[in-house]
Amino acid sequence: MLRQELGTNITAIVNRLASELQNTPFYPDFLADVQTTMATQNFSKERFGTECYEWAQGTSLDTKLRNALYHLMHVQPTLLANPDTPRQVLKEPLTYIRKAQSSWERRLVKCVNSMASELAMPLARRRTKQEREELAERWADLSTDETDLTMIRPVYAPKDFLEVLASLRNPNYDESVEENLWGSIQLPLKVNDIKGLVELYGELACCCKHTGLDESVVGEYKVNLTLADERLLLGQKVVERNHGPLSRELIKSGCPTSLRGVLWHQVLGLEITDKHCKYFEELVKAVNQHELLVDKLIMKDIQLTASNDDQYFVFEDILFQVLLCFFRDTEVLSHFEHSSASPPLAVARGNTPTPDNLVAYPPCGVIPFHGFTMYAAPLSCLYEDPVHFYFTFREMYCRYWYRLHIVTSHTQGAVGLALQFELLLQSCETRLWQHCTTMNIQLLPIVFKWIVRGFSGYLVPDQLFHLWDVILAWESLEVLPVLALAVVSFRRENLMDVTSQTAAEAVLADITAMRVIPLLKLALATDRTRDREG
Amino acid sequence: MTARIAYCTDMEKSVLANNFEKRGWFQVSPDDEWYFYWAGAQTCRSLFSVDSGYRMNDNQMINHFPTHYELTRKDLLVKNIKRYRRELEREGSTLAARDATGRYIHLDFLPTTFMLPADYNLFVEEFRRNPNTTWILKPAGRSQGVGIFLVNKLAQIKKWSRDTKSSFNPTLVKDTYVISRYIENPLLIGGKKFDLRMYVLVTSYRPLKAYMYKQGFCRFCTVRYDTSGQELDNMFVHLTNVSIQKHGASISHPSPHPYSPQEEYNSVHGGKWPVRTLRLYLEGTRGKSRTDRLFSDITWLVVHSLRAVAPIMASDRHCFECYGYDIIIDDQLKPWMIEVNASPSMTSTTANDRILKYKLVDDIISIVLPPDGVPNVHWNKIPSPDKFGDFELLLDEEVYQNSDHHHQHTSGHRGGGKTSDRHSAPRWK
Repeated sequence: MLRQELGTNITAIVNRLASELQNTPFYPDFLADVQTTMATQNFSKERFGTECYEWAQGTSLDTKLRNALYHLMHVQPTLLANPDTPRQVLKEPLTYIRKAQSSWERRLVKCVNSMASELAMPLARRRTKQEREELAERWADLSTDETDLTMIRPVYAPKDFLEVLASLRNPNYDESVEENLWGSIQLPLKVNDIKGLVELYGELACCCKHTGLDESVVGEYKVNLTLADERLLLGQKVVERNHGPLSRELIKSGCPTSLRGVLWHQVLGLEITDKHCKYFEELVKAVNQHELLVDKLIMKDIQLTASNDDQYFVFEDILFQVLLCFFRDTEVLSHFEHSSASPPLAVARGNTPTPDNLVAYPPCGVIPFHGFTMYAAPLSCLYEDPVHFYFTFREMYCRYWYRLHIVTSHTQGAVGLALQFELLLQSCETRLWQHCTTMNIQLLPIVFKWIVRGFSGYLVPDQLFHLWDVILAWESLEVLPVLALAVVSFRRENLMDVTSQTAAEAVLADITAMRVIPLLKLALATDRTRDREG
Repeated sequence: MTARIAYCTDMEKSVLANNFEKRGWFQVSPDDEWYFYWAGAQTCRSLFSVDSGYRMNDNQMINHFPTHYELTRKDLLVKNIKRYRRELEREGSTLAARDATGRYIHLDFLPTTFMLPADYNLFVEEFRRNPNTTWILKPAGRSQGVGIFLVNKLAQIKKWSRDTKSSFNPTLVKDTYVISRYIENPLLIGGKKFDLRMYVLVTSYRPLKAYMYKQGFCRFCTVRYDTSGQELDNMFVHLTNVSIQKHGASISHPSPHPYSPQEEYNSVHGGKWPVRTLRLYLEGTRGKSRTDRLFSDITWLVVHSLRAVAPIMASDRHCFECYGYDIIIDDQLKPWMIEVNASPSMTSTTANDRILKYKLVDDIISIVLPPDGVPNVHWNKIPSPDKFGDFELLLDEEVYQNSDHHHQHTSGHRGGGKTSDRHSAPRWK
């Protein structure tokens, strides 16, 4: 993706990257470090630039700069596009998709507004002094809050969103002339087929020393150690190097549980400093100052999901803190730069709406839906400190999860992944697909909710982490439909026996016993053609 | 496995009935000829009592040892463990080593405990030495959190002893109480306190044969733990027993108490958290070596407690028993043994609970039955490992003695180096 979008205008792109880098919070610290280091070295005045450059090779400053650039290019892929491309095309090249997304946004905004008027609640309101004090006191155990949420309904659920996606049509597509799409997604988008996926995830398909298979087998290089111990030693060395791309490579063959927290940070380019702690404190203050209508939505969602989940109920209080902060974080808005979506706008009370006094509502620009909490919940098993938890969640959301609930032509967007699943099902599980078609059974609605949540809440946490390792290591969500296919394949025989949608749903209702890495390998096995015929 | 067994049970529990049914067994009454009896501890005791005059034949099997109270009554357990420590010390075993402050390095897994009224004076002495500690008072012979309360002032215990004056006369006393140091620095997860329930199956005491179940769970308080310790009257915060948590709402007085239980008992998860997730969480947040150490300490705690009672337990060959160990982990990741239940609840509170307990019973039956599926006291009780299910062999002294002629009770374990580890337990892990 990065490569093909590199235009001819390399210099312009490099300049833009350089100037963009100077705007990041990384830059001032880095500059200060460089200056301190340079002042202590004896470089000749004449050859200062060259000597500096030569000296810096391989030092920690060099690694820092490389990491920063690496992460910048990943967070803002649009920086690499041709500078002449209009912004809206960068966000979404297809006009009809752009239209569909904006009408979806309008629908959500309307829904929130009507909820506000129904409940006679303002979108945002300043808390009274007494309320602020009470909230501060209860901050550590918000789950015991007595706010009545019975009237609150989620704005939408993945099912509603799938209906929208299934209704999308390409106005330029002549169904009578071109090849038919057989599934419920009717968009002729280019998505990876099984060959492309095997190529993409080749290492995963071939590697047989993955810690997600069996940690207790003998090590890859040292036969006197178990694989788990060997990887832990290797992982400790990788962590020391603190180099994003290297950490990514390590994770490809399984992440040692005890190093996952720090390795994920390195892959995501996160280094939690005092600044982060202060920023989080500010968000906590913002929660304390104002009450938002979306607070109720997210609180309700936590109640409906995490509080009732046998793996995550323990962490409900931390989830309250993290999510209430998230919806006030305006830095989240930056992900809209490379998203087909735009933040809903509102005007402060008493002001006339002009383009200048419009603000995003909620401040982060995201309207929660049923299950949103599950993007955050698993991280509670990884980070004890709410600050670490928060920034990891935010980074993962802004890199990956946002794509799962917007209308976009991106291959990793919800519609692309849904289509990928349907095409995989047709090509790899033809017999099953045929059976389902005959019986009028739709598998997509069942697996779509897994995909939209990144399987969170459907798998046990240790297995989910193996899946999220794969997402981070390959920087792609395309593994989600692959796993969905693998689960369906795994239950193939049971599904072949069912004759109704409800029965199919029952077969796939509980997938907590699934083991991710073996299943992915099964789905990516290149000689599966033989299995299928047999 | 194909044998149709006549079974008998005095418990109307679906997890039991379903298991017996699945195996094609049929139910008979206790007066008929039965082969397999799943009984309550009380029924079992009366069956074994001299008065009953019942003699079991070689093909009968029952799920309790006649003297299980040596392990499950808090007062007897404390007595047995104290004796075990003394004996090891007398033998000069490295297991009984103490650190600079006089604490046992390996055997300090039971919070300091006294029996009341017998040890009252000892307790007062200890209390005066450490006046700022909280103590938990429990009736020795009851379970499910009945009659438990906390004290942190000597006056409270004096008042209690005055109120129960009549029964405080040692000759008249019906209920012995045990008073133990309360673990004041429990590990909190998500700000909540919990205890750990592990299942341990013993198929024989001499030689000792024990198994530990991999699917234990943590039981969480529904209310947040208040570290200031001023909420002594709200028992829900302190007791994580499901029987108590379940009745939380009804017992609590409707006061404007900021920490009174506001949440309903959750019927989806029942406050139970899988031990597998605990392990994942601890490895992720505290590192692998500390987590491994905790779980190995838990294993040792179970082994020591079983070894402590093994010499005096009536090791009847008809018997096997599944115990529920209640363990509290403190914030230094040290496990403390709180109590042992001989009849862990077979009632399922949630769907997951039902699955777990069904599998537990299934695995127990697989291990205790000889290969031909018919109970037989002459069987050596060495099942093949494919019968273990989710159990792990903790210890089999018979297999161990046969395989290792250098059998030494005295070899140290923790920090004692790899070789001594292998010596003391070759089959572990």
